[in-house]
Amino acid sequence: MIKTEWTKSKAFYDEYFRNPNPDKKSTHYCPGCGHGNVHKFMAEALEDFGVIDQSIIISPVGCSVFAYYYFDTGNIQAAHGRAAAVATGIKRAHPHSIVISYQGDGDLAAIGTAELIHTANRGENITVIFINNAIYGMTGGQMAPTTLLGQKTTTSPRGRDAANEGSPIRVCELLNTLDAPVYLERVSIHDVKSRAKARMAVRKAIKNQIDGKGYSMVEVLSPCPSGWKMDPVDSLKWIEEEMMKVFPLGVLRDRSNEIQPRKIEKHYPTREEIKEQLGLNELKDKLYPQTQQQQYKNPAIKAAGFGGQGILLLGIGLAQAGMMEGYNVSWIPSYGPEMRGGTANCHVHISDKIVGSPVVSYPSILVAMNRPSLEKFEKDVIPGGVIIYDSSLIDVKPSRNDVEIMEIPATKMADELGNTRIANMVILGALVGYTAILNKNTLIDTLPYIITRQRLIEINKKAVENGFDFGANKALKGCPQN
Amino acid sequence: MSKHILENHLTIIQPEICKGCGLCIAACPQNVLKFHEKFNTKGYHYAYYVGEGCTGCNVCFYACPEPEAVAVYKKGHVFPENQEVILK
Repeated sequence: MIKTEWTKSKAFYDEYFRNPNPDKKSTHYCPGCGHGNVHKFMAEALEDFGVIDQSIIISPVGCSVFAYYYFDTGNIQAAHGRAAAVATGIKRAHPHSIVISYQGDGDLAAIGTAELIHTANRGENITVIFINNAIYGMTGGQMAPTTLLGQKTTTSPRGRDAANEGSPIRVCELLNTLDAPVYLERVSIHDVKSRAKARMAVRKAIKNQIDGKGYSMVEVLSPCPSGWKMDPVDSLKWIEEEMMKVFPLGVLRDRSNEIQPRKIEKHYPTREEIKEQLGLNELKDKLYPQTQQQQYKNPAIKAAGFGGQGILLLGIGLAQAGMMEGYNVSWIPSYGPEMRGGTANCHVHISDKIVGSPVVSYPSILVAMNRPSLEKFEKDVIPGGVIIYDSSLIDVKPSRNDVEIMEIPATKMADELGNTRIANMVILGALVGYTAILNKNTLIDTLPYIITRQRLIEINKKAVENGFDFGANKALKGCPQN
Repeated sequence: MSKHILENHLTIIQPEICKGCGLCIAACPQNVLKFHEKFNTKGYHYAYYVGEGCTGCNVCFYACPEPEAVAVYKKGHVFPENQEVILK
């Protein structure tokens, strides 16, 4: 059938109901803005290929931030510059959707350069529409990375100078040095012929994605009459006379005929497979009756010490054992950038209720494995709580007198077992032995899950047992309060 | 209302959506689009089709940045019964 009408595409909403402006029929773009033209090319292509309902358009930050007002597709508005990264995630989670990352030059070529380059380098099967108008339009005409030499903007009032601001970035040429992109073309919309080419380029970039070919990007030289302070018709002339000298039009790369389409194979695991992969079938038999005493119920635990003491592993052990007993648990680490020697602490919740926040600001149980940790965190322990500290490393006593205090020479005990690095396991055992928040057998069964080296499990088990006995003993005798 | 078959090529510009940028007027190869002397409610001199000479080339449709401002129909286009179209 021959096409006899050119009207608004069905990929646009009938009325732009999201637009707070009372006028629901026209866009928010300035008169003569190139965004509208490109929107129309995209919408037409999506409609013609019949993929409106499976398309997801990622709006950037810039004037086109409101692209979701207009497109009756899936829409996500990404943080500034992150459209390519968001598009990657969406495409990988929904490989059958058509993901279009629509970005301006401030978004794509300035703040989003890293995302742009790595997305292109991975050859993600997405379509990128890059609107190059050589200026920051939305914020009032500041200099963009694509601003031409000599062009006056509010932040380059004497004209862009290569010595001071660098030269304009040619994004297509930049990406053309990478292996993965399939299709790169620079087009313009300054006259009838160029618009027809731009329209075909947008179609091709979307078709490539539908066919599973890979990364396609179309750079569109687009007028910004407001930013350039020009008449809309004059701004088209400026594209032709000035911009195209710096940004030559043309296909920089088109490998869409050579590339074999990628097959999308997605395996959805069944319930049983998930259980098996998580080891839940085994765990089922290992649930123990809950043993928490009222006094120590639903503990909020903070463990702190030097990095390298195994503080985080101690916390993981608690959380894992709690999980195996059927509690709701959370564990978050907090540590400095050093692998060893810095400070480290972790927060653990073991609760029969839903854990709201994993952060433990006011612990009911504090484990301190060095002096700075004890001094820093002891004031936060809730009244009636427990402080457990390694007395072989800490030569001061806690100053609190409204909490239970258990001192344990953990490092010394670990040394007697043959390795000071299992002091954390001694404390783990002592904590559980003293408070009885978890079953000893659970704790022992947890070890193979958290310790990766099989040969170390035995010594860790011993440390936990020794610690447990120590803690349980202390609990029987009762701890002296300060 | 019965079906209507279009006898001549037709361009319709919605006066209230037009922003008066003039890109369609600059692009029209037949010079049959003009700025209206009146303003629309946004304060723009909107573009309009003078009534004859359109060849249905759809250049103005792609020149216009607004999705809904310009519609182009070729000769022989059949309007459905329920569609209201202002026919000059």
